[in-house]
Amino acid sequence: MKVRSSVFASFILIFEVFGIALFLRGFFPVPVKSSLPSKSKLSDMPTEPSTGVSHNSSEPPQPIFNKVVIMLVDALREDFVFGPNGPTHMPYTRQLVERASTHSFIAKARAPTVTMPRIKAITTGSIPGFIDVIMNLNSPALLEDNLIWQAKTAGKRMVFYGDDTWVRLFPKHFMEYDGTTSFFVSDYTEVDNNVTRHLDSTLKRDDWDILILHYLGLDHIGHISGPHSSLVPPKLLEMDDVLKRIHGSLILKEAEGSLPYLLVLCGDHGMSETGSHGGSSEAEVNTPLVLISPAFKRKVGMEKPGTVEQVDLSPTLALGLGLPIPQNSVGRVIPAVLEETSLRDQLRFLHLNGHQLSCLLKDSIPAYEKDAGFEQFRVAEKSHGNWMKLYMEGNTSEVLTNMGKKVLKQYMEALAAMSAALSKQLGKYDMYSMTAGMVFVFQLLLVLLLAMPEALSGAAEVDVPVLSALLSLPFYLLCLLLASAHVLVCTSAESSCYFCSLSWGLVFAAVAFSSALFCILVSMATRRLSQGPKMILGKGGEWSLSELDVVLLVGSAGHTVSLAASSFVEEEHQTWYFLLSTLCLAVFQDVCRKYFREERGGGGGGGGSGDDEDHLLPTKGCHPSRGSSSSDHSHTALRAGIFSERWLALATPPFTLTCCRILRSLNQTGVQWAHVPDMGHWLNSSEHGVVLSLVAAFSLVLIYFLVQRRCSWVSKVALALGLLGVYSYRAAVGNVSFPWQHAGPSTSKGTVEARFVYIFVLGILFTGSKDLLRSQILTVDARLKSRGLWEIYSGLVLLVSLLFRAHNLPVLCGGLLIQSLMAQFIWKKLHYDAAQITIMHYWFGQAFFFFQGNSNNIATVDISVGFVGLESYVEAPAIFLTALSTYAGPLLWACHLVCYLSSERHRSPVMMAHGCYCLALLRSVPVAAYILLITALRYHLFIWSVFSPKLLYEAMHILLTAGVCLFFSTVEQGHSSGKS
Amino acid sequence: MWDQEIRAMASTHAILASTVFVATVAPKVLLRGFSVYGTHLLWMYCMAGAVGVVNVSVFWLLGISPPTKKHTVGYKLSRLVRSCLYLFLSCLFFHTVVVLYGAPLIESAVETFSLAVLLTSLTTLRCLCVLGPNVQAWIRVFSRHGAMSVWDTSLQITTGTTVIGAWLGAFPIPLDWDRPWQVWPVSCSMGSVIGFVSGLVAAPTWIHYHRKQLTYKCK
Repeated sequence: MKVRSSVFASFILIFEVFGIALFLRGFFPVPVKSSLPSKSKLSDMPTEPSTGVSHNSSEPPQPIFNKVVIMLVDALREDFVFGPNGPTHMPYTRQLVERASTHSFIAKARAPTVTMPRIKAITTGSIPGFIDVIMNLNSPALLEDNLIWQAKTAGKRMVFYGDDTWVRLFPKHFMEYDGTTSFFVSDYTEVDNNVTRHLDSTLKRDDWDILILHYLGLDHIGHISGPHSSLVPPKLLEMDDVLKRIHGSLILKEAEGSLPYLLVLCGDHGMSETGSHGGSSEAEVNTPLVLISPAFKRKVGMEKPGTVEQVDLSPTLALGLGLPIPQNSVGRVIPAVLEETSLRDQLRFLHLNGHQLSCLLKDSIPAYEKDAGFEQFRVAEKSHGNWMKLYMEGNTSEVLTNMGKKVLKQYMEALAAMSAALSKQLGKYDMYSMTAGMVFVFQLLLVLLLAMPEALSGAAEVDVPVLSALLSLPFYLLCLLLASAHVLVCTSAESSCYFCSLSWGLVFAAVAFSSALFCILVSMATRRLSQGPKMILGKGGEWSLSELDVVLLVGSAGHTVSLAASSFVEEEHQTWYFLLSTLCLAVFQDVCRKYFREERGGGGGGGGSGDDEDHLLPTKGCHPSRGSSSSDHSHTALRAGIFSERWLALATPPFTLTCCRILRSLNQTGVQWAHVPDMGHWLNSSEHGVVLSLVAAFSLVLIYFLVQRRCSWVSKVALALGLLGVYSYRAAVGNVSFPWQHAGPSTSKGTVEARFVYIFVLGILFTGSKDLLRSQILTVDARLKSRGLWEIYSGLVLLVSLLFRAHNLPVLCGGLLIQSLMAQFIWKKLHYDAAQITIMHYWFGQAFFFFQGNSNNIATVDISVGFVGLESYVEAPAIFLTALSTYAGPLLWACHLVCYLSSERHRSPVMMAHGCYCLALLRSVPVAAYILLITALRYHLFIWSVFSPKLLYEAMHILLTAGVCLFFSTVEQGHSSGKS
Repeated sequence: MWDQEIRAMASTHAILASTVFVATVAPKVLLRGFSVYGTHLLWMYCMAGAVGVVNVSVFWLLGISPPTKKHTVGYKLSRLVRSCLYLFLSCLFFHTVVVLYGAPLIESAVETFSLAVLLTSLTTLRCLCVLGPNVQAWIRVFSRHGAMSVWDTSLQITTGTTVIGAWLGAFPIPLDWDRPWQVWPVSCSMGSVIGFVSGLVAAPTWIHYHRKQLTYKCK
């Protein structure tokens, strides 16, 4: 079966998307969640187990504490309190830890050690899976069952001061709150003063039950200057003083007869030696947890703090306050807290915790009955019942106490086992689905690679032996083999597996597909081998690589290899910027060589040697020699034209370099240097509003002039009005100001303006697709077609300019400028082939992805664009708009590639097909390499914080590229049908 | 004649390579508190100065520089002035390119310029010594098949390896190993020096093994 290479490439990409989806499903552990959407209720609490006698109480147990103060210090590392410097840094706290009635622990946080997931872990007791972060992008409020909700339902009055993440997570939960934003990292005094200023008045009052304080200053200091900075000790002393004040006032308030208070000092995550956090190194994971309450035994000396999980805080607090444990909590109650209560109460608390864990276990693990922890819990429950029976009968002998202790121990073991089983469920990879997805992707990649000589040939057609493969015997044998292997794996697997849970039809289709691919692969490989020697001989003579080719190939391969290092994934933008600069210099060398050689009659030849930078040497020489030739006045007019063109061509690569250098300083991304102030921040600060307005207006005008050239007049008008609408939208939102608008920022959200722009976007897209369709179906008019394509492109540009933040408009404008200059003076004049142009577009697209402020971290996805022009959250458009604005760079460059290649078709009719094939290859190779890498590195320290977000970005990008390739092949389709 | 030329070149290269070695070791012995990472700027200046001086003196002694037509003092002076101008321009050029590659514009301008000076002394100065301030000759040497003597080929190779060394030297900077040599511009300058030395070694070897294929046009 002969297929055109563009169609071939897009089909391969689409199937690859499926393979990657399967891989992703296996890679990301399904979050442990109870299937019931409801939340735990007091009435659902299990009764005390008992055999026979009906005296057991179904009453909830009495709370241990009445007032709880949680003092959360962001980035409080364990050694700040318990380390050797503890007595000098936090003298009061250390004194309490050493000889007051306290319990101290090292609470282990899980990766990602970032504030928001940590707050979720503390309040819900669950370990937020990676996929949760994605799923919850749309709703900032925490909908899961959590401690704060439970406390509110139970009528507890809560007061909160500190990081406004809490306010966003728990809207309307607090009786009183004041959120401080953690946006300005350079400020580390005001954020904390804003919390402490409320402290005195709140502590005096008596109308609250739970007080939560979240101090951000320490984290900010860490980001600025690290854990060993001179700013840290005074900050810790300040925190110590705050704790002293709270403790003092709580002691004063303590009244006889009422329940005791509980003061909790904890950190959400630690900080690494460089002061950052997010990973899972010891320093980032270990946080102190100090529980202070008169209900505890008095300490007599410093003990080594025990280790607990951070999630253990949630059930402990819930039981301490007499609340139901949040449904999805995987933590277990800290037994030390219960020590001073009666044995009956202790057993009751442990039973409640065990019951909750066993319910969760039942929901999340299909084979829960086989689980050791579950069985232990059943046994413990039974002996608890027996104990209760004896207890109710009034037995008070020592035997009963001993028996109770034994039950206690049984409960503890059961809790530990169940908690471990649940946590393990989170860290388990579904290797079978991952392998299946990987096999698909690699088969497809190999087919793609094997088809290279045919796909890049003059005919641009690939002969895929589908029929012969489907009718061959090995195909059926392979089908049988794979199907039986599938059955074997699925029946023997202990854990749940997504690929096994698929329906039979789907699985069989996948099996058939895979075996067919294998047969195709083999037959293509044999064909290639039989042709091999001839092909190599035929090519050997003329096949030589220019310096530019070397740069392009080595760069693409080098980038793929660099993905193996976590730092290079974090700082991927550096790789792209570096490669792009090298590319510009290599192009510059090519340009110099071309114009130089022509000038000198091709004799000596100009240009540089093989490396990247020497080629500048000839340019120095260019100018005088040009001066001498200009004295020749024979064809003055013609010469002047060529002359200015030469100058422009020579100036384009340095201009591009400068442009890229300016754009990269616009948004500082990555991890290591993310805190460095960039131009974006400078522009967005309130005192530079005028500059921002000017920059935005100038960019919009420039965008108009760059885009309108090839549009019809209707689109021109629509584009102008649309860009005006973009500016007024930004003015309405308050980013930029009109010169005549002197009042403060208006209250409207700019919905009207944004919708106004949407109308024009749709209009331009409509005229564009109309032109395109007409050229495809009715007439074969190349000009109409390229105009239609360009109009679609300009519609996209308009949409992106609406979605981009005001300070990012120069990125869009710079991209358009580079595109038009390069197209006019470089790509056309230097006769680059489709493959070279495609690789260059791809590189530029990647660099622009980072220029606009993206990184390989989920946190940089700008969710606010999902609300542009919408009054409330609507899922489909919000996701579409967010994806579009995130991938605007690569998408616009890919679209430009389509426009450019189709306008250049007269040079070579198969350029489109070649471009499409190259794009598919460029995207498939890194993705395939990356999923292989990530499978190999799945136990790496940074797998969740660095590698997995990148995997999601890659998956999204390949989906997008599949779409672009499909567009490619439809556009090309029309062309070839028109030709025939 | 061939062997003689190659031998002369090999010995010059050996002198240069030993200069690089001495410029690293000697200050460590003579100066207190000198280290390649700690006082990196000083090391760079030592290296640039030593390589520059040795380059000029060796080439002057050997008399490789192209024969001049005139011998007037004024002409020599103008050549000298032009050479200095070229050196300065080349420093500026390297500085610009490094900044365009992403070096901070203002913050560590001294470090960046020092790197540019080092690169100039390793590449441009040699070219000036061998070819003189003659733009046409430079263009000829650095075009693809423009080498006319062993010296030209060796220039091509050492310049290429130096620049590629500096280029490769930038790669370890984003890694989070927190090593002293990851600080800007330590890795780049070390990369360029290592590239230079390997070029010095590679050039005679390569020419020796390819002397059959190498056919130089006569001037």
